[in-house]
Amino acid sequence: MADTVGVKLEARGVTVHYRRRRSEDHFLAVDRADLEVGEGEFVCIVGPSGCGKTTFLNAVDGLLPLTGGSLVLDGRAITGPGPDRALVFQQPSLLPWRTVLGNVIYGVELRGAITGAEARERAQRHIELVGLKGFEDSFPSELSGGMQQRVNLARALTTDPEVLLLDEPFGALDAQTRETMQLELLRIWNQTRKTAIFITHDIVEAVYLADRVIVFTARPGRVKMSVPIGLPRPRDLRIKREPRFLEYELKIWESIREEVMRSNDMEERVA
Amino acid sequence: MAVTDRATTRVAPRSGTIVEPAPVLAVPKPDTWFKRNESKVIGTISVTTFLVLWQSLGFVRAAWPQGIVLGGLKLAVPPTLFLPVPSEVILAFRDLVQGGELAQDVAVSLQEFAIGYVLAVVVGVLLGLGIGWYRRFSYAVDPFITFFYATPRIVLLPLLIIWFGIGIWSKIAVVFLGAFFAIVINTAAGVRNLDANLIKVARSFGATDLQLFRTIALPGSVPFVLTGLRLGIGHALVGVVVGELVAAQHGIGRLMAIAGSTFQSDKVFAGLIIIASAGMLTTLLLQRLERRYEAWRPRAN
Ligand SMILES: Nc1ncnc2c1ncn2[C@@H]1O[C@H](COP(=O)(O)OP(=O)(O)OP(=O)(O)O)[C@@H](O)[C@H]1O
Ligand SMILES: [Mg+2]
Repeated sequence: MADTVGVKLEARGVTVHYRRRRSEDHFLAVDRADLEVGEGEFVCIVGPSGCGKTTFLNAVDGLLPLTGGSLVLDGRAITGPGPDRALVFQQPSLLPWRTVLGNVIYGVELRGAITGAEARERAQRHIELVGLKGFEDSFPSELSGGMQQRVNLARALTTDPEVLLLDEPFGALDAQTRETMQLELLRIWNQTRKTAIFITHDIVEAVYLADRVIVFTARPGRVKMSVPIGLPRPRDLRIKREPRFLEYELKIWESIREEVMRSNDMEERVA
Repeated sequence: MAVTDRATTRVAPRSGTIVEPAPVLAVPKPDTWFKRNESKVIGTISVTTFLVLWQSLGFVRAAWPQGIVLGGLKLAVPPTLFLPVPSEVILAFRDLVQGGELAQDVAVSLQEFAIGYVLAVVVGVLLGLGIGWYRRFSYAVDPFITFFYATPRIVLLPLLIIWFGIGIWSKIAVVFLGAFFAIVINTAAGVRNLDANLIKVARSFGATDLQLFRTIALPGSVPFVLTGLRLGIGHALVGVVVGELVAAQHGIGRLMAIAGSTFQSDKVFAGLIIIASAGMLTTLLLQRLERRYEAWRPRAN
């Protein structure tokens, strides 16, 4: 799918170091990651915990400076956050003094492209989309973790970005809500066909959602494998039981397992 | 079959088998009037008891002016001069009001407090925001703030009197210095302790520095600012009273100083009550404000 349409995002040798607070050395989190994401492609990234997935996504959002390589979006190097991208954070990260509506509107409010009644109307639509109708005036402290996470998602969707970056957005949800949200997300995505980069720990979720699943190596993260998912769309939830689906699942699972084993070996040898 | 719909079972027991509805454990009973007002009731009782005991000192004093002799022990009752009872304080208060000077003293003290405190709030909050926001600026001013905060500002009083005279301005200055540092330090701490995640969110959605300040820093530091304002009240009141005790033409502190040096302890008490009421009233107002701004805070229970 990526070959037929233009390249939206191009990561070449992306390297990110974190500055360590107490020592002089730098901590390598992502090491020369290469990735191409096509226009309108849905890419899922999976990989062992702490391998640098969040770091990579934050770099794509423009929140972290690269220490090597390049990130190019629509032919322009990424130098900071922009209205063409929106990030759904791993933690809900809601403003506790704002209501649900106030939080969902926050993104568009900062961007300033649309204001007033129009912004409110759009926020309202996305609140309904994520199933939070009736909670517009609730404060985050009055919501469950899963509901907060849905506000986080609605906030990003409301800004109507070209590229949607999602960092384990459904990680905190229970199994049922999670599947509902997957369905909803695919429905939204089917309508708009926005480019999406979606991080998850859940291999089933990855295969179900993605055009392509990227497996990251153990830290420092790089791209280990790219698995195009040739399942037809629109995808029904029952597709998760089909042999082809299970084959993809197994392939990815083995690849991740190999990484986890390898990094454990490495740690043992160091110890 | 046994566990059918409980509601229907209860209304129409089928074939003799009565399925008892599950016992509902620990239904929270509606709080009684006493429980809802527990703190106020107990507080009122304790204060009333205290006042009654204190007042009864006056009756003892009237009945046994020479003190009570118990066996070989003679218990002296402190004279009015030493410890007036509440009714005497009220009388002194009435005399002060009727005498006409009280109004002026209150007006002067209030003026000193209000001007000094409002100045401290305005300058303190603005400066505190600046210190919290601009790291380099904080490096520049922190030494001074630490120095003054560690010093009791009252010791500057002689200097302030030289600079500003014995009129209201020396007191305004000491009130200002008293409240200012608590406000600055708390405000700056509020801005420094912002949630890093929220800053990231704002940045991700392209917030400018000004937007970040307005939408994250300002609301995020409100609880800290209010704490600073509340602490500032105490310092400001100390400033008013001590300032006037040392050198003043009018004011509650001056009234108390004169009453004290002429052994009119009932008037001293009257002044003390005015000051205490002013402090309590302002604190109460601030607590109201705090509650309004913290509607979003999770309730502890
Ligand atoms: N702000 C930071 N400062 C220093 N090191 C960091 C920071 N954030 C993350 N790291 C380190 O970088 C590595 C990658 O972190 P990252 O959050 O990108 O992992 P992740 O793949 O998203 O993990 P998970 O799946 O558990 O969310 C981790 O080992 C972590 O310790
Ligand atoms: Mg992560």
